[in-house]
Amino acid sequence: MFRIAKRGETNNRQALMFRLLGIFGALLVTSVIVMFMDHNPFDVLFSMVKGAFASKIRIENTIVKAVPLAITAIGISIAFRMKFWNIGGEGQIMMGAAAATYVALNYSSLPRIILLPLMFVTAFIFGGIWAVVPALFKVRFGTNETLFTLMMNYIALKLVGYFQYTAWKDPNGMGFPVIAKFEQSGYLPEVFGIHIGWIIAILIAVFIYLLVHHTKRGYEINVVGGSENTARYAGMKVGKIVVLSMLLSGGICGIAGFVQVSGVSHTLNVNTSGGVGFTAIIIAWLSKLNEGTIILVSILFAGMVQGGNYIQTAFQIPASVAQILQGIILLFVLGSEFFVQYKVFYNKKEVKKA
Amino acid sequence: MKKRVLAMVLGLTMLVSIFAVGCTKDEAKADFKAGFVYIGPTNDNGWTTAHDVARLELEKQLGIETAYVELVAEDEAAVKDAVTNLIDVGCNIIFTTSFGYMEPTVALAAEYPDLYFLHCSGYMMSENLGTYFGRIYEPRFLSGIVAGMKTTSNEIGYVAAMNIPEVVRGINAFTLGVKMVNPDATVNVRWTNTWIDPAKAKEAAEALLAEGCDVITQHQDSPGPLIAAEEKGAFAIGYDYPLTDVAPGSYMTAPVFNWSVYYVDIVKQIMDGKFVSASYWEGLNSGVVALAPMTDLVPAEAKTLVNEYEAKIKDGSFFVFEGEIKDNTGAVKVPAGTKMTDGEMLSMDWFVEGVKSN
Repeated sequence: MFRIAKRGETNNRQALMFRLLGIFGALLVTSVIVMFMDHNPFDVLFSMVKGAFASKIRIENTIVKAVPLAITAIGISIAFRMKFWNIGGEGQIMMGAAAATYVALNYSSLPRIILLPLMFVTAFIFGGIWAVVPALFKVRFGTNETLFTLMMNYIALKLVGYFQYTAWKDPNGMGFPVIAKFEQSGYLPEVFGIHIGWIIAILIAVFIYLLVHHTKRGYEINVVGGSENTARYAGMKVGKIVVLSMLLSGGICGIAGFVQVSGVSHTLNVNTSGGVGFTAIIIAWLSKLNEGTIILVSILFAGMVQGGNYIQTAFQIPASVAQILQGIILLFVLGSEFFVQYKVFYNKKEVKKA
Repeated sequence: MKKRVLAMVLGLTMLVSIFAVGCTKDEAKADFKAGFVYIGPTNDNGWTTAHDVARLELEKQLGIETAYVELVAEDEAAVKDAVTNLIDVGCNIIFTTSFGYMEPTVALAAEYPDLYFLHCSGYMMSENLGTYFGRIYEPRFLSGIVAGMKTTSNEIGYVAAMNIPEVVRGINAFTLGVKMVNPDATVNVRWTNTWIDPAKAKEAAEALLAEGCDVITQHQDSPGPLIAAEEKGAFAIGYDYPLTDVAPGSYMTAPVFNWSVYYVDIVKQIMDGKFVSASYWEGLNSGVVALAPMTDLVPAEAKTLVNEYEAKIKDGSFFVFEGEIKDNTGAVKVPAGTKMTDGEMLSMDWFVEGVKSN
């Protein structure tokens, strides 16, 4: 029988070895696939890195992709600290985006300095509501939050579909199911050629870092995550902490939705969340819920996607193959993290018994 | 300390030189390179395949380089990402080939005023942004003749994408063809609200077949409806791209695009410095649209009639949208002897008599 056990202590040297092995394995397998596509693997893999970081356009595209990933991953990490499995980032992004869009479309005459903060706040509230609902049910009735938050995603997606195809359909769109584009007042301004979502992401990271590590609230979140009973014994109101933290968690994911519609898409559609809510879960885990690491990993992740897009255009590799390459790299990275934390051994006695 | 500084400087030099090599390589490009943004995969056997075949033809005829990005969503973030990546690999002529790319293309054309943008099937233009499309309603009308003569149940199914003038115009032209040869037939429309979703398109066709339709046609990028017809032993008319092998037992013909006619022409204009932002909308005469060769499943008399009307459309003696045309509530929309203008056709939002749309 194979058995899996958690490693007692993390040995830095071993950890490094597993990570290097992971990278090596990923390079090996992707190289074989690229060779089957009749391309030079060194060319393609090197171009993937170059395609992500080696020109102004590429860096901009990478950062633009990293911003929603980082914000959402930070949002999700708050829930994960309490061991509340918030799989609903996708829906919280959608609700935030929808709320921001509603404000942008209906109050476009407001000056930008008022309109944007208003969009920000409504996005936070609606993203938050989408996370608070499962939190309340968990606290009151002990429902499973993983399934609940997951299902909330589909409700949000269908709701946005209803807005796009029916309720908010642009009357000037000649029948095409699109929501009208925002006025300029609803656009996020740019700094260094990139919309200020990147500054928002950094500010949120700093804010959450301070909250989690240097305030009583943050301490409570960590205690609840460690053991609910301990928290209760210490006199903490666990239910209240869970609900408020989920408001924050979902609200931040909602802000990611606001940044997407206001910064890049300039309108809402069913593609707005684009899987960010799910990718962010992986990023939060890989970063061990550390805010700084989340930003770094988000940039690497976005770089991988941008590099994948680049090799598609540069080598005319099919989109599906580029996605397979990304999947393989990810699999090996996650795999090596598993071996860093756990050891697998073969137990002969068990086999004899069986 | 010194060593560390030296190592850092060396490391930085290496990094910079790597990037520098990359940059010079990219800048050493040919004068013109055309980039294409596609909504589907290049092998969708329909809309995108038709564009991609034309892209390769463009390469062959003019000897220029091209590149493409496939599976791009109709969303500004996605379109911007695709187009900037194309620009990054040296493209300076950008073709965006789906209606929903319109507003993003307008924004990008403003952001890159030195490049040439061409948007397929839209209506927004600017100094460096032209539009192009084919008068596909002409071959649609011809395919309607085929359907009208083939049906025995007098119920014809039409799997349609979005309720926009482009699609409505196709439905109407098809129905006029059907009604000309078979006044008793009805064209039943089902909407999928998507350009490309093979499963959804097939399901819609199956529903129409279950309701008694025996001929199916489509405004869909993928051949899902053809396959549904093949499975049920019904007959089908495709769209975008000629496909005889997917459904040999049911495929009769298809209104198709031959985009290379336009691509070669416009890129030549740009290369000669003669580009003027314009709206290109040509028909059977130019060859940019055609009715694909009819298979043996098409009745002989239909073939004769189609050939007759194709010649009439080409020499101008017949016009598809000429009155009297009634809408499906019975009101006269185009009086006898009047031809619809391009503007009226481009904003068509009503169905002709004989269309049943749910």
